[in-house]
Amino acid sequence: MTRWQRRQAKNLVAKLLAGLATLFGLFWLVWILWTTLSKGLPALKPSLFTQMTPPPGSDGGMLNAFAGSIVMSAIAIALGTPIGIAAGTFLAEYARHTRLGAVIRFVNDILLSAPSIIIGLFVYELVVRQMGHFSALAGSIALAFIVLPVVVRTTDEMLQLVPPAMREAALALGIPQRKMVRQVLYRASMSGIITGVLLALARISGETAPLLFTALNNQYWSNNLLGPMANVPVVVFQFAMSPYEYWHALAWAGAFIVTLLVLALGLVSRGLLLPRRSST
Amino acid sequence: MLETTAMSARVEDKVAHDRDRREQRLDGLFRRVVMACALFVLVALLGAALSMLWGGKEAFQTFGPSFVWSTDWDAVNHKFGALVPIYGTLVTAAIAMVIAVPVSFGIALFLTEIAPGWLRGPVSAAIELLAGIPSIIYGMWGLFVFVPFLAENVYPWLDAHAGALPLVGPMFQGPPIGLGMLTAGIVLAIMVIPFISSVMREVFNTVPAPLKESAYAVGNTTWEVVWDIVLPYTRTAVVGGIFLGLGRALGETMAVTFVLGNAHQLSLSLLEPGNSIAATIANEFTEADSPVYISSLIALGFLLFVVTFIVLAIARLMLSRLSRQAGSHA
Repeated sequence: MTRWQRRQAKNLVAKLLAGLATLFGLFWLVWILWTTLSKGLPALKPSLFTQMTPPPGSDGGMLNAFAGSIVMSAIAIALGTPIGIAAGTFLAEYARHTRLGAVIRFVNDILLSAPSIIIGLFVYELVVRQMGHFSALAGSIALAFIVLPVVVRTTDEMLQLVPPAMREAALALGIPQRKMVRQVLYRASMSGIITGVLLALARISGETAPLLFTALNNQYWSNNLLGPMANVPVVVFQFAMSPYEYWHALAWAGAFIVTLLVLALGLVSRGLLLPRRSST
Repeated sequence: MLETTAMSARVEDKVAHDRDRREQRLDGLFRRVVMACALFVLVALLGAALSMLWGGKEAFQTFGPSFVWSTDWDAVNHKFGALVPIYGTLVTAAIAMVIAVPVSFGIALFLTEIAPGWLRGPVSAAIELLAGIPSIIYGMWGLFVFVPFLAENVYPWLDAHAGALPLVGPMFQGPPIGLGMLTAGIVLAIMVIPFISSVMREVFNTVPAPLKESAYAVGNTTWEVVWDIVLPYTRTAVVGGIFLGLGRALGETMAVTFVLGNAHQLSLSLLEPGNSIAATIANEFTEADSPVYISSLIALGFLLFVVTFIVLAIARLMLSRLSRQAGSHA
């Protein structure tokens, strides 16, 4: 074999392996999604949305878990979004090239990929231990700490994309800076900021680890934010780990709905972001 | 007449002046509010570290530094040590990296140099879908589908063939139950592949086209261009992306909890069940019945925090160096 042929052969092998690696990645995606679909779809039935989580061995649904998840996610978004948008505004508008801004960005990026179980332990120390018991509020706060860095990051990035000419035009008219930020910049980057919130919502919909020892779980319906509350991820975890076939089916149904929700949120946020990207 | 105009002008001046001052004050207030929110991010990370140090204080005081290398985990006699979970965390993350790094490199290579243009968008979107699937889904799929598959088809073969090899043999001997270090490592690999490959793909795309074109023009093959031009050019950021994946793998909780087997034992075999820091905390926290037990679990969390902080900090520093580099070229 000549040197030329050897190089060509090496190239061919590398290309082949790269293609195989891609197929390898796609293979798992298809397998996992197929499993969720084939096990979750048959387990879907109306009683899932009308009945409470059952005691061992009997029939039931997950109504209380869905309600709990919606309540806690809503509170988490309500807590995390305003703080996140404000912090992102500070980074983009007041601290773009400062050392403080660089430090906060760095810490925010670490918070973004920090293990979520650590957030759970933090909120356990911060809220649960102070209150003396598990509560839906603690779960919401834990989720809010996961929402926060996502919103900070996207707000910061989106505001930086707004052309400086828009800021200058507004300021030249004598508009105070805070009004310029709120009425010009937020409007210009609205779709991007909403995308950030949706991405954060997608992340917390499936989060289990931070809820295990903050919101805990509750077999019954609960309106009490200061007590334990059922939520989909923890119910799915407990039911999947249980020895009962019927609980497994419920867990798959819950898992299917969570996956569907997360993927749909991902698609919507992509759709919101794409026209932006093509225009800039 | 003249006087009144002058007076009203003075009044208007004063009104305008007052308004300016009010606006300035409110602007300053707005600035302080958004700054406080940004500082809250700093406080959150610091608070997380301190609260876990505080929560783990009792364990660190009771067991001293030997907490880190003791293999005890005895809830009855209140003796706890972190070595087994630390070992499990490191081994599963190592297995994950061994699988995920070459695969991610292959995917990035395929998506930047080999695939035709129309295929790149859909395939990279599909790979990124993997990152969006909640980790509890990975766990359930792992426990109900992947574990039985491995136990029936793969591990008996591994035990019989790879288990007989010298040196590496003991790593592959064990009961083919499917749960264990190797399974957890493979599941973790699948979970971090989208993160590592998307960083690699992005940084490969920052290589200036003229650089690659000149290499192609003097007769290099695709592989030679990637290995000798693209990879050296993006080395720091590629390492940053790998560390980002490592940070994820170290702290991943739910998927590992499902497939690792929750057995508190130190074993050389990768087919034996084990435990990791995150899985130990997830499994045992609500069952912990004594203050020192809870404190030991929080101390474990503190150790995990320190390790992932270091890994993620390295990742971010290396990635930020590239963005500055890319900025200077642009």
